[in-house]
Amino acid sequence: MTPLEQRNLKMGLLFCAPWLIGIVTFLLYPIASALIYSLCDYSVLLPPVYIGAENYRELFTDPLVYKSLWNSVVYATGSVLLSSLVSLSLALLLNTKVRGLAFYRTIFFLPSLMPVVAGSVLFMWLFNGQSGLINAFLAMLGVSGPAWLADPRFAKLAMILMASWGSGHAMVIVLAGLQDVPTALHEAAIIDGATYWDRLWHVTLPMLSPVLYFNVIMGIIGGFQVFTQAFIMTDATGSPERSTLFFVLHLFNVAFQDLRMGYACALACVLFLIILSLTWVLTKVSARFIVYDR
Amino acid sequence: MRKLRHAVRHNQGRRSLLALALASACNPTPGLDGPRTVVYWEKWTNFEGEAIARVVQAFNEKELARAKAEPHYRPIRVERVTISRIDEKLLVAIAGGEPPDIAGLYSRLLPAYAQKGALLDLTLQFQRAGIERADFVPIYWNLCQFRGKMWAAPTAPASLALHFNQRLFAEAGLNPDRAPVTIEELDAFAERLTRWEVRLPGGGVEILSGYLNEVPATRKRLLQVGFLPAGPREWLGHWGGFFGGKLLAGSHVTAAAPENLRAYAWMQSYSQKLGVEALRKFRSGFGKFASAQNAFLSGQVAMQLQGVWMHNFIQRYAPGMQWSAAPFPFPADRPDLANHSMVEADVLVIPKGAKRPEEALAFLEYATSQEGLELLCLGQHKFTPRAMESEAFQRAHTNPKISLFRQLGLSPTAFTAPQTGVWQEYGREMAAAYDAMEHLAQTPREALGAVELRMQGAVDRERRAWLLREGRL
Repeated sequence: MTPLEQRNLKMGLLFCAPWLIGIVTFLLYPIASALIYSLCDYSVLLPPVYIGAENYRELFTDPLVYKSLWNSVVYATGSVLLSSLVSLSLALLLNTKVRGLAFYRTIFFLPSLMPVVAGSVLFMWLFNGQSGLINAFLAMLGVSGPAWLADPRFAKLAMILMASWGSGHAMVIVLAGLQDVPTALHEAAIIDGATYWDRLWHVTLPMLSPVLYFNVIMGIIGGFQVFTQAFIMTDATGSPERSTLFFVLHLFNVAFQDLRMGYACALACVLFLIILSLTWVLTKVSARFIVYDR
Repeated sequence: MRKLRHAVRHNQGRRSLLALALASACNPTPGLDGPRTVVYWEKWTNFEGEAIARVVQAFNEKELARAKAEPHYRPIRVERVTISRIDEKLLVAIAGGEPPDIAGLYSRLLPAYAQKGALLDLTLQFQRAGIERADFVPIYWNLCQFRGKMWAAPTAPASLALHFNQRLFAEAGLNPDRAPVTIEELDAFAERLTRWEVRLPGGGVEILSGYLNEVPATRKRLLQVGFLPAGPREWLGHWGGFFGGKLLAGSHVTAAAPENLRAYAWMQSYSQKLGVEALRKFRSGFGKFASAQNAFLSGQVAMQLQGVWMHNFIQRYAPGMQWSAAPFPFPADRPDLANHSMVEADVLVIPKGAKRPEEALAFLEYATSQEGLELLCLGQHKFTPRAMESEAFQRAHTNPKISLFRQLGLSPTAFTAPQTGVWQEYGREMAAAYDAMEHLAQTPREALGAVELRMQGAVDRERRAWLLREGRL
């Protein structure tokens, strides 16, 4: 290495240092610690005691892990599908040329700015079985609405419906993607006699596929990490009948109520592996459907 | 260069002196080095928090008075900090090495905190300070013990009793001055106090009492319930206690003991009589506990198991309410359980790693003295956990039923949460089992059997970990 190269390397490392220090301190060190503590009996207050794979053995035989994982899978699937549909529909509507477009875009984006805690409290009122607005609306249609958050058959559904409230971010991304679809393709399709729906299916959606894929991946990661809504709306219990005990809520209870940080770290490691595997599988499966080349 | 450095150092020295002089001039407290500050974390806000603030103020004033009398005495100054979800935040603070010097916890959390090494063992300190068992009601003192050591001192205690709405009793033709004594009587009263709005086949509505099992669910709407065996989630595991059941016998989990099965079968009978759907809808209309829409305060529920604090909420949100309280009924074939109640207490602990444990102990000593506790419990409208209460305290108390709650704590049939480090987990399991039983998704045997199996594993695991740490395994 020449002195110039050495100097460049030093300068390069110096400029990278803030990022490197950040990633080592706030990402790699916590991940490595979690991995080590997952092999220990550790309450944070006393020194960790190495117990080998005991936490993992317990984890795989713990019915609550499967229950909470199932709840998270249902929530992540439902919320991703619904949010994708809502964000795509809103973006398509907001991509038309109507008066007051900026106003509508702002209005539909606004709810996603509301903090999750405030949104959760608001939805607790909306989903109130006796005096909630949703059941009042259903009653106008002649439907007797359920006790959403008190009924294990509807509690998860209520949270999935609530997830669409925060579709504003995904909507903006889809909207940006829509405006990037080459008009030449639409014009060519119109000349070929394609209807609106033909163009949507054969031009718009393939062109949007990278954007939709991004939203789906982010949605799944967010879906598996859902916590705040369940924490606020069920007072951290995952009630009724543990129908809203999501994986991260279970992890939180184990860590901060039972003071079992070792076991909680094992849960966190498993969640990390699940999300990593899912992302990898989705990347492989979706490779055939995503159009990157324009 | 050297001159410059010298000038800077000289300048810094002068600035430090100036800062010191200013600090001394601004410090109004006596003593050479100012007061010894004790940081005190408490969970209560509102009038309960204000009562604690008065105790802190009284202590601080005493310390200042002592400092005036003894010029070389450095007074202690307690700084109260209100903390929400203290159970979690205190743990994080202790783990981070920055705990408060003293903290107010719930007694049910003590075993877990003690077992994890989060608290100072106060056994010897109490002996030295003269804080003795004989000065307290035994059950509250016992709540502060775990594995033979003292980890806390009780402050504001609580016991539970059946609260009932006398107006609704009178409207249902019941004697408003007589509470049900047995569970069977409670069930009979509850049926008379349950009211429905029934849509008549020919149009119009009628208000009818009873469970109306013959009327289809689609034609009736619940307006008022006589009794609901519910309550805060942390109590849902305690219903067995009112039937003589225990949740733990030594290191054996006994969730599915016959008494517990009987209790939860009784609890489940209310879902069967009222209908799960009707009950769900009715429940979802309840307002927040601390509001005028509270089910008991608004007259939606005629009888409810509640604690000594309920009087405060009645005064605040339903001041004109005609109410009374009585010991919770016992099964007719178990008269030995008369005057039973679930009791717990707020406690003061000194976390491990506290910077000023001696000063914290001095505050604890005052806060748990007769004077301190009467000041606190009068403000919080509770009774004291002390063996003796002054006549002035009893005279000044506004809760007309305060002696009942105190007596329930003294009753030999009073019971507490099991003393185990896994109670948080146990309580969550019982609450989840309660959900399943209440919704008729599981029988008591299925639900409690599953809890027993799971929690036995947890208790064994905890015991193993403790023996390992103690070097006995």
